[in-house]
Amino acid sequence: MDAIEIKGLCKSYKDFKLDNLDLVLPSGCIMGLVGENGAGKSTTIRLIMDAIKSDAGKVTVLGVDNKSPEFRMCKEDIGVVLDEAYFPEVLTPKNVNSVMQNTYKKWDEACFFDYMTRFSLPMTKPFKDYSRGMKMKLAIAVALSHDPKLLILDEATSGLDPMVRDEMLDIFNDFTRVETHSILLSSHIVSDLEKICDYIAFIHKGKLLFCEEKDVLLEKYGIIRLPKAEFEAVPPEAVKGKKVTNFGVEALILRDKVSGAFSPERPSIEDIILFTAKGGN
Amino acid sequence: MDVIISNANSQPIYEQIFAQIKNNIISGRLKEGDALPSIRMLAKDLRISVITTKRAYDELERAGYIYTVAAKGCFVAEKNVELIREERLKEIEEHLKKVSELAVGCDLGDKEIFDMYVLLKKEG
Repeated sequence: MDAIEIKGLCKSYKDFKLDNLDLVLPSGCIMGLVGENGAGKSTTIRLIMDAIKSDAGKVTVLGVDNKSPEFRMCKEDIGVVLDEAYFPEVLTPKNVNSVMQNTYKKWDEACFFDYMTRFSLPMTKPFKDYSRGMKMKLAIAVALSHDPKLLILDEATSGLDPMVRDEMLDIFNDFTRVETHSILLSSHIVSDLEKICDYIAFIHKGKLLFCEEKDVLLEKYGIIRLPKAEFEAVPPEAVKGKKVTNFGVEALILRDKVSGAFSPERPSIEDIILFTAKGGN
Repeated sequence: MDVIISNANSQPIYEQIFAQIKNNIISGRLKEGDALPSIRMLAKDLRISVITTKRAYDELERAGYIYTVAAKGCFVAEKNVELIREERLKEIEEHLKKVSELAVGCDLGDKEIFDMYVLLKKEG
């Protein structure tokens, strides 16, 4: 079963359009959603959770149509963290625990307190006095403490320092040791996604440019740096993006379309995304 | 068993896993019937993709080094002496091909190459 299946999803605003999005997250995998500010990542995530109404298309989450009445129950199995943490200001984590106990059937108090200790979050401090990092950690702890099968994280690691981000990645990694657990996460920090994702989906200006296995991407593409004159010899259909300076050309190429003599270097996911977004310019 | 994944290595990750597990089997460090770590555990411990790890295991199975028991996992297959010999022979051929290519570049004849081999063997 697929954790998330999106078909032909469309949503228009006055100045933005999410255009015919198809996306599949197989169960047990981690997918990273990449894209510039305003590319449509958060819109996609809100549409998945049916928090906003789509114009067209179909979304199935954990085998349940997100427009069906059953989706309400299905939400028990989804842990969501949005880019802005969202608890009422006066609540302390102790209060949050009580609220969640009445919200989720499977709320696990011991697990929640365990995360609070692990993240060294003060139990009696009201939410408004929490720093951005602490707020994020609290939201992640809540998302993980009701035995979810699917985690949806929108920029959940931005605003955290590198050490904590790495700790979070470890937690996400461990979460998917269970075969039925899956994660969809969006982030600006592409290197984080490169570390843990099985799939990378790239949304650019409301359109999905690619959704591919991470390691396939890394094998398929290469970076070459050449003097301008020599660059002429590279077949144009192999070039996926290039940067021309006064001193030469740097280009992202498809490895199987050029001869090995160019000895392409291994790209990072960030290289692939930047070059693909800019295209031939 | 150690599996070391290097990002500097131009070899794809699944090939690195394939080669290292294969070497462990050929060298006898992994014995016939030994259980391999589950695909998911290995992937998560190495922090690499589950799909990539599965690909490496699939290749190992196709090449006859391991077999899968449904719901139990993967195990080291009976060592096929012929298979390993064949593998080694292929490797020797590859190296010899390289030698002959290099020899042409240096204008070395077969006799000189052979003498060199005999000398090296005596020393080694």
